[in-house]
Amino acid sequence: MNYAKIQEAFPQTTEYKKKSQLPEMWRRLKKNKTAMLGLAIIVIILLAAIFADLIVPYSLAVEQNPSARLKGPSSEHWFGTDAYGRDIFARIIHGARFSLLTGIAAVVVGFILGGVLGAAAGYYGGIADSVIMRILDTIMCIPFLVLALAIVAALGTGLVNVLLALMLSSVPTYARIVRSAILTVVDQDFIEAARACGTPNSVIIFKHVMPNAIGPIIVQTTMSVGMMIKDAAAMSFLGMGIQPPSPEWGAMLSEGKSYMMYAAHIVVIPGLAIAVTALALNLMGDGLRDVLDPRLKD
Amino acid sequence: MSKYIIKRLLIMIPTLMLITMIVFGIMCLTPSSPGRVILGEKADQAAVDELNQRLGVNDPFLIRYFNYLKGILKGDLGNSYRSNRPVRDDILLRLPNTLILTTAAIGLALLIGIPIGVLSAVKQYSVYDMLGTTFAMFMASVPTFWLSLMAIVLFSLKLKWLPSNGLDSFRHFILPTVTLALGAAASLVRLTRTTMLETIRQDYIRTAYSKGQSPGIIIFRHALNNALLPVITSAGMQFGGIMGSAVVLEQVFAINGIGTMITEAIRMKDIPQAMGCSLVLSFLFMVIMLAVDLLYAFIDPRVKARYVKG
Repeated sequence: MNYAKIQEAFPQTTEYKKKSQLPEMWRRLKKNKTAMLGLAIIVIILLAAIFADLIVPYSLAVEQNPSARLKGPSSEHWFGTDAYGRDIFARIIHGARFSLLTGIAAVVVGFILGGVLGAAAGYYGGIADSVIMRILDTIMCIPFLVLALAIVAALGTGLVNVLLALMLSSVPTYARIVRSAILTVVDQDFIEAARACGTPNSVIIFKHVMPNAIGPIIVQTTMSVGMMIKDAAAMSFLGMGIQPPSPEWGAMLSEGKSYMMYAAHIVVIPGLAIAVTALALNLMGDGLRDVLDPRLKD
Repeated sequence: MSKYIIKRLLIMIPTLMLITMIVFGIMCLTPSSPGRVILGEKADQAAVDELNQRLGVNDPFLIRYFNYLKGILKGDLGNSYRSNRPVRDDILLRLPNTLILTTAAIGLALLIGIPIGVLSAVKQYSVYDMLGTTFAMFMASVPTFWLSLMAIVLFSLKLKWLPSNGLDSFRHFILPTVTLALGAAASLVRLTRTTMLETIRQDYIRTAYSKGQSPGIIIFRHALNNALLPVITSAGMQFGGIMGSAVVLEQVFAINGIGTMITEAIRMKDIPQAMGCSLVLSFLFMVIMLAVDLLYAFIDPRVKARYVKG
């Protein structure tokens, strides 16, 4: 909408200023202590992942040191060493990159694809809606890990194929969210008015309809990243994901399980890293859900 | 009601066909040749090509798919590339272990999740509520396979109370079942709490209290029935997640189930076995969802009336 042209046509109307709701949302989010704790943890993990090379050299995470095998936590190795003498703290810090990258990339791509499909299904309706939702519902009938393993069986192990599997599993969820949001507004007068003005369908969908779905999408995205990190770790644990010697948290658990009788720290610490990351994202997601729920605004 | 059941069973057929097409389509993407997998890396290329031709690998996708579908309709899921045994026989041998594990886990999850959720809702903002929601949040964040490793370290290696692998006796079931159940219980706690909070604020509950009815009867006879409907749907959906987690847990606890079968099949590129396992697990999930829908009708007479009306 061109507000300048509206003002020019109707100068007697009061000046319209679009007010941002972000300051109010931030104020309400700050009141939620658990959400802020989750946000703080995520920020710390993100910074650790971004500045991993400055915190600890990558060589410590991948180079083997047989003389320092299976050592417990100490001043020299804060989280101890693994079966190959590699520093676990270094592997955790550098592994944060793989985990966060996997989680965020899978969710973003899943959202884009799912959003487009859901928007098309909801806006155009009819056969398009039936065909798209039938296919996506069928994908949801296949348990995620089974689908992911089938993809890895076909295409091979590695980061890209893990991302493909994770992304495919998140597409139906986002498609449903976007489709629901579109169905709530698609028959409303302002949409009909926009069509009557000759607004292209794509503009109607992305400018007028999608903002209705932003709240549920943000909440789903935050919580999905945690789920994707856990699922990627599960695939690496099975040997189907990111391969050693890359310091991925799930792969660390897989390598360490043979030694947990002698050195439990090898499996305790990577698992705690996954759990703390997922917990922080869940806490933040819960807080965002409360903030974005209009019923709780006052 | 029987018409509705028949209608749902008929609707399952095209969905199953679509699942077979998706799984078959994914497996067709594999670059490796079955002939090479069966005869080995050192086999002569001519022999490999001849075997591939015999297996129909070079046929068009639709011809291969329809041949596979024909086999499924006759109960034939193909032969394993490695052992040449029918995939169906291997699945039937291992399926009971996975079924017992996942069914026991979902049952335990309901037994744990529903009471904690009800208590959290009824005693909202109390210490019970805080403990319940903390438990749910923690269990929802912890990876199930890591929880099972920790359980093995504590109960098998340190305390030596429970065995860490196999399924030979009831004691062998405890650790895998409990670790599978705790993850599913987390979401059931949160959902039960939410639905109970909505239900106990309804007018008819206030009326029951004002009539002097005891809180126990109000909660468990009036409120819980209505609050349980979304929880049952969620439990059905959780079954899919539990089946996926069982695939991983069978590796941790060395259980001879469908999970170990599918991971071995993928490692050895045994496509018929991987496909057979994927289809069976997906089919089981669909049957569970149908059972959940029908259970709805028994719990809620309004839903039954809707089903009967069609």
